[in-house]
Amino acid sequence: MSAANRPVHRPLSPHLQVYRPQLTSVLSILHRATGIALSVGVLYLATWVVYASASPKTYALFQAFNTSILGRLFLAGWLFCMFFHLCNGIRHLFWDAGYGFELKDAYLSGWIVVGVSAAATVVSWIVGLSLA
Amino acid sequence: MAEFTLPANSKIGVGETYKAPAGAKNIRTFKIYRWTPDDGKNPSIDTYEVDLDTCGPMVLDALIKIKNEIDSSLTFRRSCREGVCGSCAMNIDGTNTLACTKFMSEVKGDIKIYPLPHMPVVRDLVPDLTVPYAQLASIEPWLKSTSQPPTRERLQSHDERARLDGLWECILCFCCSTSCPSYWWSGERYLGPAVLLQAYRWLADSRDEAKGERLDQLEDPFRLYRCHTIMNCTKTCPKGLNPAKAIAEIKKMMVERTI
Repeated sequence: MSAANRPVHRPLSPHLQVYRPQLTSVLSILHRATGIALSVGVLYLATWVVYASASPKTYALFQAFNTSILGRLFLAGWLFCMFFHLCNGIRHLFWDAGYGFELKDAYLSGWIVVGVSAAATVVSWIVGLSLA
Repeated sequence: MAEFTLPANSKIGVGETYKAPAGAKNIRTFKIYRWTPDDGKNPSIDTYEVDLDTCGPMVLDALIKIKNEIDSSLTFRRSCREGVCGSCAMNIDGTNTLACTKFMSEVKGDIKIYPLPHMPVVRDLVPDLTVPYAQLASIEPWLKSTSQPPTRERLQSHDERARLDGLWECILCFCCSTSCPSYWWSGERYLGPAVLLQAYRWLADSRDEAKGERLDQLEDPFRLYRCHTIMNCTKTCPKGLNPAKAIAEIKKMMVERTI
């Protein structure tokens, strides 16, 4: 068989490996990742309620984890996920209505989402601790 | 199902290095994806040192210089060298663009060049665009009418014509489609930003009379709705067009016709 007739197994050109991460794609995948994290967080919340209803002893056990460094990191991360998913969800609603598609607007709204979710996380953490 | 890593036959190895001629002072290093069907080997990255003192300013100028003077086996598509034909679309410095309108001075460090992402490679920087071309044909990108043909041109008002601006300028280089992660993972079924922008170009045309039929054809979980507004398409378009907005307009038309 000549080279021209031989079946060719073409390679796939590189994609994720070479494509530059940018605000557009990073916030998009973060929206999905935070959505998944929130689903896990709901399981955590449910476990919390179950432990609280079982006995003071089991509640104390859960509370000990919550106030540990790992527990605090987990809760702060979950809080950020919630605010990010909320803010970016609102950004998606604007897109669904046909607004904010110019590149500069999409970048502006993207940075606003990041800024607002970070600020809301810090503020609600401080408020939460001051109420405790 | 999305596969995030490259298949075994597509893993990229290290290739050859071509040093700049002695005495060259203004040297720029190019790292270029190479693959040929002839030797049964995996793709590799070849390194070329180019003397910029004897080279034009565009990435395409350097590619042509490499082909003419250093390695005649380097394969890429090019034609108009002025951003009109869309042939030299490739991944340069991590984003898709036209080699002919991309200044080397815009890139920091080594200039890395790959074919358009997540496509079968014909050779070196030449991707197989059979699927996107077939997808373009599937949306029937021509004027369709059922009414009696007029005796002269089909007239449009200035406003009606203006609605096509930002759509007709597309040169079908497929930089946008191949920048889209949704198209990477579902490219056989999702039409991708370039083809959807073309679909909207005909939906937005006041002279076209097949709007309902066109929308019916797009009403599908994959063809249209795999767009998740990632906006890599708009970010990368070398002509400054906005496929993401065009897709959003189609989605709006879908809603508007049901209410």
